[in-house]
Amino acid sequence: MSTPLTPVITEHWDRPDLYTLDGYRAVGGYRALDRALQMDPDAIIEQIKESGLRGRGGAGFPTGMKWGFVPQGDGKPHYLVVNADESEPGACKDIPIMMANPHALVEGVIISSYAIRANHAFIYIRGEVPNAIRKVEFAVKQARDAGLIGTNIQGSGFDLDVVVHSGAGAYICGEETALLDSLEGYRGQPRLKPPFPAVAGLYASPTVINNVETIANIPYIVDRGVEWFRGFGTEKSPGFKVFAVSGHVRNPGIYEAPLGITMRELLDYAGGMREGSEVKFWIPGGSSVPMLTTEHLDLPLTYEAMAEAGTMLGTGTPMLFDQTTSVVKAVTRWLEFYKHESCGKCTPCREGTYWITGVLEKFEHGHGQESEMETLTSLCSQIAGRSFCALGDAAATPYPAAMKYFRDEFVAATHTSADEQFDPVASYVFAGAAAR
Amino acid sequence: MPISESTREQMREIAGRYPSARSALLPMLHLAQSEEDEITTDGINACAEVLGITPAEVTAVATFYTMYKREKVGKHHIGICTNTLCGLLGGDAVWDAVVQATGGGHNETSDDGEFFLERIECQAACTHAPVMTVDWEYMDDVTPRSAVEVLDRLRSGEQVHSTRGPVIRDFQATEHTLAFPDDGLADAPSVDDKMLAGLKIAKERGMTGGNV
Repeated sequence: MSTPLTPVITEHWDRPDLYTLDGYRAVGGYRALDRALQMDPDAIIEQIKESGLRGRGGAGFPTGMKWGFVPQGDGKPHYLVVNADESEPGACKDIPIMMANPHALVEGVIISSYAIRANHAFIYIRGEVPNAIRKVEFAVKQARDAGLIGTNIQGSGFDLDVVVHSGAGAYICGEETALLDSLEGYRGQPRLKPPFPAVAGLYASPTVINNVETIANIPYIVDRGVEWFRGFGTEKSPGFKVFAVSGHVRNPGIYEAPLGITMRELLDYAGGMREGSEVKFWIPGGSSVPMLTTEHLDLPLTYEAMAEAGTMLGTGTPMLFDQTTSVVKAVTRWLEFYKHESCGKCTPCREGTYWITGVLEKFEHGHGQESEMETLTSLCSQIAGRSFCALGDAAATPYPAAMKYFRDEFVAATHTSADEQFDPVASYVFAGAAAR
Repeated sequence: MPISESTREQMREIAGRYPSARSALLPMLHLAQSEEDEITTDGINACAEVLGITPAEVTAVATFYTMYKREKVGKHHIGICTNTLCGLLGGDAVWDAVVQATGGGHNETSDDGEFFLERIECQAACTHAPVMTVDWEYMDDVTPRSAVEVLDRLRSGEQVHSTRGPVIRDFQATEHTLAFPDDGLADAPSVDDKMLAGLKIAKERGMTGGNV
């Protein structure tokens, strides 16, 4: 039997009023908050630890453990910062969560802040999505008006202020320490670690930074319990995931399923590949994780199985490309992105992304030289592990992964351009009159 | 034009949201841009004065983030995603069509001052590729033809709705929203069929998340 879909965070998205306080409450919303405020904060941290929830932003770090790193009774203010800077190419699940079910995020923020003893929480949303920003602001305001945010929440003695903060266009601000610099009003450039944010984060105080989907999981875990949560997924990857499936598939969209579902099953729910099309390569979770091919379609989508296959689950937002796609062109375009988004702080990333992109563009135009394939490998290896933050590592990822499976296309690109190898029009999702 | 006193007052209000006033700089710059349609020296100076930092410090920030423009944007900001997925699925053709229809180019304003065009990076809507934005509101699943039609309708003053969002206003209005997100436009659902794709199948087949 195939793995069933399990709508939890997405369960009531077809309710037209879900984004309102009344709509959310009608489906059990803020029940978890009532429960949490009766609990000792440490017990909530313990519960999240036991749930095994792992960060949904890409790295998969255990959430409860992250919370546990915050020193308690240290006399300093603590902060919760939600990373809502979803900008990773391929990632498109946090913005839908914020537009459809913003109160799940807000309730998660209140419970999480209570657990780590933060009286100030910030939701840092990339500036390019005003409709997510206004939806979350609306939810925060409704929660504030209902006494769920503010002083002495529900008579618990717990005070919390929540600020919705707009970014201004910089992928690097999804890196947690760059996000903190940005939130402090500076250029978004990463900080040296240690100290880690749990010890010295926002305003040099203990800070927890969690992804939107991670925080949106919290109310459901607190409300329904660890045993229920662990009923989904695997031992090392418990729970469910808001998968966003995109690319040359028949029905791209949001599919919430347990971790451990396979790509083939998810693709089946998404209606399979478009007419007359087959998978050429796919990426489990954002352009920063290595691509896979058809031979990997039956692997479980878990943190551990993806690592074993030499990639990562990442954001859990698979992009699938069919046989019409030029790998050379795809990789070049991703590198142009990393070059554009490199913050410039460290030399390997700033210079490396510049040089890799220049060489890749020669291949895209059919002017690459065979020896330059080695140059690219060398450039990537000089960035990976040598850059200040993970953006450099990410930039060094697409080319080696593509070479592993599609070396022939790069060889062909020494004499034939990507567009001559693959007619770009064949890759479009529209045809005929619409295309003109 | 110097930034008005009422805008400075709003800047101070934004600064009051944060434990440390400087945290307000990004939304303050959005506010300055909403007043002047670009980041001007006056806008930078106003931010610096309100926060008690130097104009050089503000400039360092304003030039780092791509949403801040150093020339007049015009009425509407038009973004076309040409990152890998959108671009290859047709965003490249959408871009070509829009360039042809407006006579503008990347980071340029069209001759009539109506549209500022930008090849944008991933807009977190890959399920809706190819994606266009008008004043940063979503225009999902565009084709070259539908994208140009949207521009024609905007130019003729017709009311245009975002596919997952409110009615289109203009660039400066969106910039104001980024500084003051409580803009009165949130009170409507923003969910479409693609966001419900999995839920629909689950309901048809009796699959649940083990609700209790």
